[in-house]
Amino acid sequence: MNNAEIVEILKRHVPASILAVEEFRGDLTVVVRRDDIVRVAEFIKTDSSLAFDLVIDVLGVDMYRPEERFEVIYIIYSLVNKRFLRLKVRLPEDTPTVPTVTGVWPGANWHERETWDMFGIKFAGHPDLRRLYMPEEFEHHPLRKDFPLMGIPDSLPLPRR
Amino acid sequence: MALESLQREGYLVTRLDEVIKWARKNSLWPMPMGISCCAIEMMATASPRFDISRFGSEVMRFTPRQCDVMIVAGTVTYKMSKVVRKIYDQMPDPKWVISMGACASSGGMFRSYAVVQGIDQFMPVDVFVAGCPPRPENLLYALMELQKKIQGEPQLGGGGSGPVHIPEGPAPSTTAQSA
Amino acid sequence: MAARNVDDTRSSAMLKALEDQDTTVAFDPLENTMILNMGPQHPATHGVLRLLVKLDGETVLASVPELGYLHRGYEKIAENGTYHEFIPHTDRLDYLSPLSNNVAYVLAVEKLLGIEAPSRAQYIRVLVSEMARIASHLVAVGSMAMDVGALTVLLWTFREREKLLDVYDVLCGARFTTSYARIGGLQQDWTPQCTAMLTQFLGEFGKDVAEVEQLLQNNKIFIDRCEGVGYLSAEDCVRMGLTGPLLRAAGIPRDLRRDVPYLVYGDFAFDVITAKESDALARFYVRLAEMKESASILRQALAKLPTGPYNAMEPKRVLPKKERTYTKMEELIHDFMLINMGIDPPIGEVYQAVESSKGELGFYIMSDGTGHPWRMKIRSPSMTNLQALPLMLKGGMISDIVAIIGSLDPVMGEADK
Repeated sequence: MNNAEIVEILKRHVPASILAVEEFRGDLTVVVRRDDIVRVAEFIKTDSSLAFDLVIDVLGVDMYRPEERFEVIYIIYSLVNKRFLRLKVRLPEDTPTVPTVTGVWPGANWHERETWDMFGIKFAGHPDLRRLYMPEEFEHHPLRKDFPLMGIPDSLPLPRR
Repeated sequence: MALESLQREGYLVTRLDEVIKWARKNSLWPMPMGISCCAIEMMATASPRFDISRFGSEVMRFTPRQCDVMIVAGTVTYKMSKVVRKIYDQMPDPKWVISMGACASSGGMFRSYAVVQGIDQFMPVDVFVAGCPPRPENLLYALMELQKKIQGEPQLGGGGSGPVHIPEGPAPSTTAQSA
Repeated sequence: MAARNVDDTRSSAMLKALEDQDTTVAFDPLENTMILNMGPQHPATHGVLRLLVKLDGETVLASVPELGYLHRGYEKIAENGTYHEFIPHTDRLDYLSPLSNNVAYVLAVEKLLGIEAPSRAQYIRVLVSEMARIASHLVAVGSMAMDVGALTVLLWTFREREKLLDVYDVLCGARFTTSYARIGGLQQDWTPQCTAMLTQFLGEFGKDVAEVEQLLQNNKIFIDRCEGVGYLSAEDCVRMGLTGPLLRAAGIPRDLRRDVPYLVYGDFAFDVITAKESDALARFYVRLAEMKESASILRQALAKLPTGPYNAMEPKRVLPKKERTYTKMEELIHDFMLINMGIDPPIGEVYQAVESSKGELGFYIMSDGTGHPWRMKIRSPSMTNLQALPLMLKGGMISDIVAIIGSLDPVMGEADK
């Protein structure tokens, strides 16, 4: 099952949701409309020829550009076809929210929590959206480009000597 | 048996605190605060090849109440610092701290928002060991330096009260055969 | 146990003295659930994993793992350094098999650049990856056996691991955090001394694994503690996104070396070990058998090792040899540019995954054309595998928690990034 066949199946069944298709070094990335991500996810999971059932990763990217600052990328693997697929969703800075895919792939739970922790991207409908790595009281989102590498002084408590 | 070895060395200990110091330094029970990669080298030091139990440190008790020396092995993050300090406070006196590895001594190669740049920012340290991770021989040398410090011998011409720095590099080999 | 009468004045006065703002006194312990904290510092949690467990007596009702105690900010560090500078950081991810992390990262960068390492380098990378797999499984097997009480096995497996670490010492210069792979090839060449040491290790390895098996295979205590413990059905494994020995112990034969081949794994004949029971004992045996398969791959690779260069002929991407930077002009300039500005990748994004000993280790790199990656995401198998921990613990006993975590084999350096 090569990239062209997958794009063709997607264009046949969910044409309105596909915004763009990118190919680089043999990897296929499909840019999906933000509100349709759950529908596309369900389709590629349940369709018998695609069968993308193993969620590999869900990650966020801070592109630091004025329009559509954030991106959320889903990497899914198909056990039957033995190949990867990437879905991409672009989010604006003022409403960085995207519907959760934990209903389709429950394994995306902690990945979405990590994306919330690191970027501040909210996943609507997530059962348990709290921080994964940083302490719960931490107020910033470390992987955003405007957060300095050495951190903000006194943002994390340290015991006294 | 210990008394014979003392007599063989030509003197009989008369001062009580010399005896106490000798007993303490030869039975340092470590509290392994093994956090990341250095913990694996600490486990290797306890394994049969490098054998930390020759130095009396066989029992790596994981309860702080029974330990003398805490070996902080690994990167201490801000989230973990509270835990390390709590366990240090739970250890009874006299207690010492070996800061094993570059991460515990100074933040190591992780110069980032989440890593404490050296545990001496929040707890007193007796021996710093350099290395990423330090070889087991290096950790054993650090243990020997701590023993010397406990014995009270002056280090580097000054008093024996400051922390000791073990540099990275060929440490005196304490293994019976070379690698 | 009869419920005590609340109106008993004398005893209730005593119990009232115990109560304060943080404590309530429950009369019948069996009617109440308890929340137990297996803190980040614990002898059996394989690193700094915090587990909050809700107990009814000894049965686990629910559990919540908490990560982040070793979160070092790798991805932010990657964005602020060049591609070459990140190679030592990859050692510290899965610190039980550092060489396979090096190889995984370097493969991802090479995919981004569109270059390929020469054939000899590929075979050597297979050799070191399989050695790393054996080293990591030795620790996994040893610590799982230690967690359920068989302390001898840990000392035996550490003794075997020392032999492998000696080979690393000769090959890479460091026992442990090796930083051996380079973009376009390797740091230095495989020597005949390494071949001799590895052949000797392989000669003794079968006997040593047989010793461990003999100790544990028919050991009633070990089997009782591990059989049926931590069961997770195959559908649940796929739903939770598990990979590696856990997925294979559930019967699903997914192995990236076979399914999405990388390096030269197509040249080797090896089996993908699966089991059906998907419990702690099955995972243990899958790891033991995988060690034997890795030993067989090592023998084949040693026999097929080709001669040739070990670095690609890509002067603008591959670091030159240090002796030449001191004597030749072009190498000096290239070294300067590569260290200061970094390599010159195209704009794009790639994802490259390898089958590490814990599961699928993947690197997602988005490059903006400069020498620093714009985004580097590490897909860590331990974090994804830990997601399934609450499902596995539910309904078991407290003493099973340790066996289950041992069978999951998480490494917190990887899970916390």
